Amino acid sequence: MSAYTHQDPRLHGIKTKIRVVPNFPKSGIMFQDITTLLLDPKAFKDTIDLFVERYKGKNISVVAGIEARGFIFGPPIALAIGAKFVPLRKPKKLPGKVISQEYILEYGRDCLEMHVGAVETGDRAIVVDDLIATGGTLCAAMDLLERVGAEVVECACVIELPELKVHTYIYDRVVNV
Amino acid sequence: MSAYTHQDPRLHGIKTKIRVVPNFPKSGIMFQDITTLLLDPKAFKDTIDLFVERYKGKNISVVAGIEARGFIFGPPIALAIGAKFVPLRKPKKLPGKVISQEYILEYGRDCLEMHVGAVETGDRAIVVDDLIATGGTLCAAMDLLERVGAEVVECACVIELPELKGRERLNGKPLYVLVEYFEI
Repeated sequence: MSAYTHQDPRLHGIKTKIRVVPNFPKSGIMFQDITTLLLDPKAFKDTIDLFVERYKGKNISVVAGIEARGFIFGPPIALAIGAKFVPLRKPKKLPGKVISQEYILEYGRDCLEMHVGAVETGDRAIVVDDLIATGGTLCAAMDLLERVGAEVVECACVIELPELKVHTYIYDRVVNV
Repeated sequence: MSAYTHQDPRLHGIKTKIRVVPNFPKSGIMFQDITTLLLDPKAFKDTIDLFVERYKGKNISVVAGIEARGFIFGPPIALAIGAKFVPLRKPKKLPGKVISQEYILEYGRDCLEMHVGAVETGDRAIVVDDLIATGGTLCAAMDLLERVGAEVVECACVIELPELKGRERLNGKPLYVLVEYFEI
C-alpha cells in the first residue's frame, strides 16, 4: 500500500526533497538520498507525521529501526506514539547479549543483531527503514522480532523501489510514503 | 556544564536507565549502553525534552548528529526546534559530494564526512552524540561545521566520561551533558 496514491498533499513536498544520486555506490544504481529531505524541517516533520498518524492508537509497543538510516526515522515515530525504540544493528555494535539473523546479499551475506530482552513475547512491532529495495534486510528484521515472540504489525519505509523483485511475503505488509 | 548537578528531577530516571556493560568492546572498558534508555518511552522523551528546552528559541538552524547513536538523539531534537538535521558519517556512506575530516584514535585514525551544501555560512549549529569520551570525534565534527562557515554554538551529549577530559579537548567550545559517569 502506498500513501502516495492517496494523494495526501504533504507527499509531493516529501518526494521532491529526496535526491537521486546516480551510480552510487556503484555504476548503474540510482541511489535515493534522504539527507536532503532532512534539510527541510517541514518536509521531515511531514514524513514523521504521516507515520505517526498511521500508527498512533494502534497499540504499537515497539518501533524497530534498521541501522543506520532507520535510526533517523524510527525514534521520532517511537517518541510520538509512546513505543520502545529498538535499534537493529550490524554485527558487533551492540554491547550486550544479542540474537543474530543472517541474510543474503547480491554477493555474499550480512547479519543483523538485536539485544536479548529488548523485545518480549506479545510486543506489537513495526520495522522502520528509509527504503525497501529487495526486502532482504527487512525480512531479517522481521525474523529477529518474530523469533522472540513479537508480532510484526507492519513494515514502514519512506521509499519503495517497486522495480526490484520483492518477495511477496513482505510485500503484503509493506507501507511506504 | 552538566544538567545533573542542577538536579532536574528527570535526570535520575535517565541515569538509572543507562546500562553499563563491562569489557566492551575490549577488556577494561565500561561501555555506556543507551539502548536500555530507549526502551523506556518516558525516560527517552525526558532526554529529548531536556535538550529541546535548552535549544528552542536560540536560533539553532542545524543539528548535526554523529553516526550512529547521534542519529537516534539528533533528529527528535531537530524536529522539535525546527532545525535541519545533518548526519555526519563514516567514510563512503554519504552518496553526494562530501568534505572529510580526519581524526586521531587511540591506535590509528578515522574520518568523518559531511555533505557539501548541507550546512552554510551563518548556520548556527549544535553537535549531538550519545557520549563524549576523549572528544576526538566531536572535535572532527566541529571542524567540519566550522570549515563551511557555520558557528558551533554547543556540543550536546547524553553522557560524559569526565576522567577522559574530552571537555578540555573542545578548545573552549561549550559542552552540555545530562549525566556524568565516573569509574572511580
